[in-house]
Amino acid sequence: MSKLSKDTAALLSEGTVKMIIGYEQGTERPRPAFCHTPEDCERLIFNDQCSNNLAVYLTKKEIIGEDKVGVVGNYYVIKTVIQLNLENQINLQNLVLMTVDGDDIITFGSIDEMQQYVDTHEPVPNEKVLAAIKKIDKMSRSERWEYWKSELSKCVRCYACRAACPLCYCNRCVTEVNCPQWIEPWASPLSNMEWQINRVMHMSGRCVGCGECAAACPLELPIGILTKKMGMDIKNTFGGWKDGSVLSTYNVNDKENFIK
Amino acid sequence: MMERLIIKSDSINTWLSKIIETVPRVLAPVKIGSKAEFKEIKDAGSVAYDVITTTSSIKSAAFPNTETLFAYEKQGLETKLYDVAEDNFLDTVIWGARPCDAVGFGPLTKIFNWDYKDKLYNERFSRLVVVSFACDKADECCFCTSVGGGPGNTAGSDIMLTKINDEDTLVEVLTDKGSKLIDLCKDCFTDADDSVDKESVLAKVPVKFTREQIHEKLAKAFESPIWKAQSERCLGCGACAFVCPTCACFDIQEDAHGNHGRRVRCWDSCGFTLFTQHTSGHNPRPTQATRWRQRVMHKFSYMPDRLDIYGCTGCGRCSRACPVDMNIAEHLTNIANNE
Repeated sequence: MSKLSKDTAALLSEGTVKMIIGYEQGTERPRPAFCHTPEDCERLIFNDQCSNNLAVYLTKKEIIGEDKVGVVGNYYVIKTVIQLNLENQINLQNLVLMTVDGDDIITFGSIDEMQQYVDTHEPVPNEKVLAAIKKIDKMSRSERWEYWKSELSKCVRCYACRAACPLCYCNRCVTEVNCPQWIEPWASPLSNMEWQINRVMHMSGRCVGCGECAAACPLELPIGILTKKMGMDIKNTFGGWKDGSVLSTYNVNDKENFIK
Repeated sequence: MMERLIIKSDSINTWLSKIIETVPRVLAPVKIGSKAEFKEIKDAGSVAYDVITTTSSIKSAAFPNTETLFAYEKQGLETKLYDVAEDNFLDTVIWGARPCDAVGFGPLTKIFNWDYKDKLYNERFSRLVVVSFACDKADECCFCTSVGGGPGNTAGSDIMLTKINDEDTLVEVLTDKGSKLIDLCKDCFTDADDSVDKESVLAKVPVKFTREQIHEKLAKAFESPIWKAQSERCLGCGACAFVCPTCACFDIQEDAHGNHGRRVRCWDSCGFTLFTQHTSGHNPRPTQATRWRQRVMHKFSYMPDRLDIYGCTGCGRCSRACPVDMNIAEHLTNIANNE
């Protein structure tokens, strides 16, 4: 049995946690796994292919209930937990957050420890995404408009991007409000665009950059570059991600040069 | 009817070009990035043949993602209604469908004619001619043979093509509609002799379970803990339902603008939290587990009981599209083996 399986099984058998959420081997790549018994933990794995952002389950009451759970997550899961805590969406008392670093299982005792890990383990940037952003930056305004119109007109509004995002935790999404109806809920070029703009605006300064929205899109629409580019703009204009939620933080020194 | 013909590989594009010239709309798999989708083609060379399945099914040819049921206009005390069909019900050839695409129109047609005969669906479906290509390869998500289909299954197709070798392709003409397409390029075909056997070139798709096994297990499984266990990782999006060739749940929306507007029908998914949510706030399916149960029950219990047809063709699209690998064949196998 791996150290990961042994350590997590111990947490369950000691009664420290009621459930462990980690990764198991799926059809072609790893997928989220839910372990309720020590035996379940034998399925747990951890490698570079473990990409799902497991923090998405931490705001689902029907999954985690009121019990203490253990999570063995990747870098982005840790980053997301910091953000969810900042937004008062999780109870850290009910969470044992772990990751795997080489042969070691790291258990985080505090937000500071998580922050330190995140600061020192930043993954290499996704060159493909950066190249795509560069290409779009070079386009004229009208070319960019045409590009996004063409890409987003393919969207079928399955909301996999929303479902996979751990920070899209609203019980009732703006797309589901119909009095008044802010965004048409059926697929159409304009409403698809409105939906994605809304999603990205709501993510601004909060997005941890895990890229799961794009990975979830069954049509492989390049929606991950929207959130990534927004993150870069926020960083340049207001400072880094850890300086707080940019849209709910006021600073008299904020630049206003984007107002034209 | 059934006619067996042979077409030479280099004549296929000649025939397809004739079809494109003659038929108002031809939809075929076209490469988009690393994936493929059915798109309207104007050129025989743009078809992607080396594709196991497209990401989305071909159901939108008869049941679009979003369609106008009718438009209305208030004039004084009168309200005028208008029929609107954005696609003008074009005669359409679906070229390069897979057997699991073609067979999907069976359940859809039954659903849209269960009690109310759905005019829009029937108008569109009646104008489709399906030219399928038998599968010579399959992937881990394919399970057509477990749900009554197969890589060379002709059900639902008007014509089925099977590549026998580099030179010859077997053409099975299955309906009058199919026959009319053959007439467009009669010189392209010769009779196939009885020795031409397609079975040997078909993909091998192992049988994992039978539909009857699932149906029998489901009769006693409504309260089973298996639904919670299987659905724990489900994120509640609509990717599975939207790519499915047989999922037909829809929502009705109002596109109102003062004294005029239109009523819109758009795809819905049992994965969504709002699925079957009542105005009162009550939801008979309040959790992901109960919605996942609905998905499996609908396809493998309610549909065979009410419509005498199963709601799954084994295409595996839902498994490929799922962000968290809710592999339906794996889940169904577990249901079949569940004591």
